[in-house]
Amino acid sequence: MSNPDMHLVHNIGAADIKREPIRAGFGRGLAEAGRLDERIVALCADLTDSTKMNVFAEAFPERFTEIGIGEQNLVTVGAGMAAMGKIPFVSSYAAFSPGRNWEQIRTTIALNDRPVKIIGSHAGVSVGPDGATHQMLEDIAIMRVMPNMVVVAPGDSVEAEKATLALATNGKPSYMRLAREGTPVFTTANTPFELGKAYVLREGTDITLIGTGTMTYQCLVAAKMLHGDGVSAEVIHVPTIKPLDAKTILASAKKTRVVITAEEAQAAGGLGGAVAELLSEQLPTPIRRVGMQDRFGESGEPDELMKAFGLTGTHVAMHAHEMLEKFPR
Amino acid sequence: MSYTIQQLELKANTIREDIIKMLEHAKSGHSAGPLDLADIFTALYFDVMKHDPKNPDWEERDILILSNGHCVPVRYAAMAEAGYFDKKELMTLRKYGSRLQGHPERTRLPGLETTSGPLGSGLSQAAGMARSLQMDHNHTRWVYCVTGDGELDEGNIWEAAMFAGKYKLQNLIAIVDRNNIQIDGNTEEIMPLEDLHAKWEAFGWHVIEIDGHNIESIIDACSMARAIVEKPVVIIAHTIPGKGVPFMQYDYHWHGAPPNSQQAKEALHKLRTLDGKIRGEHE
Repeated sequence: MSNPDMHLVHNIGAADIKREPIRAGFGRGLAEAGRLDERIVALCADLTDSTKMNVFAEAFPERFTEIGIGEQNLVTVGAGMAAMGKIPFVSSYAAFSPGRNWEQIRTTIALNDRPVKIIGSHAGVSVGPDGATHQMLEDIAIMRVMPNMVVVAPGDSVEAEKATLALATNGKPSYMRLAREGTPVFTTANTPFELGKAYVLREGTDITLIGTGTMTYQCLVAAKMLHGDGVSAEVIHVPTIKPLDAKTILASAKKTRVVITAEEAQAAGGLGGAVAELLSEQLPTPIRRVGMQDRFGESGEPDELMKAFGLTGTHVAMHAHEMLEKFPR
Repeated sequence: MSYTIQQLELKANTIREDIIKMLEHAKSGHSAGPLDLADIFTALYFDVMKHDPKNPDWEERDILILSNGHCVPVRYAAMAEAGYFDKKELMTLRKYGSRLQGHPERTRLPGLETTSGPLGSGLSQAAGMARSLQMDHNHTRWVYCVTGDGELDEGNIWEAAMFAGKYKLQNLIAIVDRNNIQIDGNTEEIMPLEDLHAKWEAFGWHVIEIDGHNIESIIDACSMARAIVEKPVVIIAHTIPGKGVPFMQYDYHWHGAPPNSQQAKEALHKLRTLDGKIRGEHE
């Protein structure tokens, strides 16, 4: 059953659950952060409306800088502004930033230790018809390996708002990935959020399902299905992939002894990679990594693609059954 | 304190000597660029810029960004000469545990403003700083950004150029070290940059061309740049790679090589006698 301390919505898995793009929460959070701290500035590379930075730009036009289509300039101008005491949020699509400008981020933000907040919208295959070029899947992997960098993938729009406010004050180089499509809103204003913490959303004893971003909701759906099949699944939400909350993950793995990770990104190097590294060093545990399996996406409708690439609650539940069969207690 | 042009010329010579000693001791590093930038860095640190070696984070200071980080020996030598740290530390260049990394790292040494090495990202950072000053309506601080010329092959530079032109960043002054060489050869053979003057103008900049070894010209150009309020300014400083050491001058092979001890000895002799113009070596 749901962990009552998490204050989740009560209609998880229902067809009528409220959906909202995760990026919308970022838009609200940034405007609120701007109200709280005048050092907050925003920069965008010609995608102000679609990254939802327009909310801030309209509220604080004097603190908004339009960069045009130049992602290398986007992050390096941001680094310069951070050097002058500003707290810059820089947004584009994740495929372009950090996709195109990784070295500039590495040198001028991470190594240079400047608190620039890199916001990559439209991550994952749920971008849909735009196709593989725009479906960023490698961002978690390439950002997670960068020293000094915080990596965040909120599970829904409500959490994205909290994460944005937290990034505004963490004083660190940070990356946050956002999804384009309407994503079920499963957290509430009372759901706790702190950078660096993972949360046990549902307690269970047979298997641990660890999700990040859009896939945490699918893990909750899978846990509900598994409950019907007599399997008690624990669901852990990992909104902060780096630094990883090792304590929460290890405690759960110790209890259930079987782990599944789920993400709308390359499993290699992503959350799956991070959890596999942790477990293999500290508590060798059978693990299956649900995510993109070393391939690019393609055009299609978002739901159609999530099904085609095995990124649904039904798929997660199926993997759970397979793992429990393969590794009986 | 202010210096006469002649005093500044002697300082530039001292900085060149320090560069040779540092590179010889490090046994790796770049010779040509740091030597040809010695006059520009002397002018910046000892006349043009507002800064305080004893308070590197002074909030009213002017900012100097070295975009082509491989030329950092000239910056370290100028900083030591200005009193940021003891000259003895220059001999730790490129050594394990040193604050004087092979390419500059801001977090290691107070007084460095950015971390650089991978080319093309310094001007954008300088532009971001100037844009911040503009947002804060600050007209008392200046951002100077030294770039190489080979570095202008990078697209990031022209993204920054377009951006600075758009926002008319008057607090931004770029200085291009136009020494005509890069690692693989002469710039006009590797990837032609000319008409460089027209390129910058087309991006909305005011362009000043000077002899990059004439300290008075450097100071005057910076002074003029600060007086131009409607545009960012680029100073194209024509320089001789390896300047001051005859066997290094104009030869692109010295871009990324240090002198060995024999070559260093000869280079120091040339510098100390001003290439034979004075009989005895000055100290």
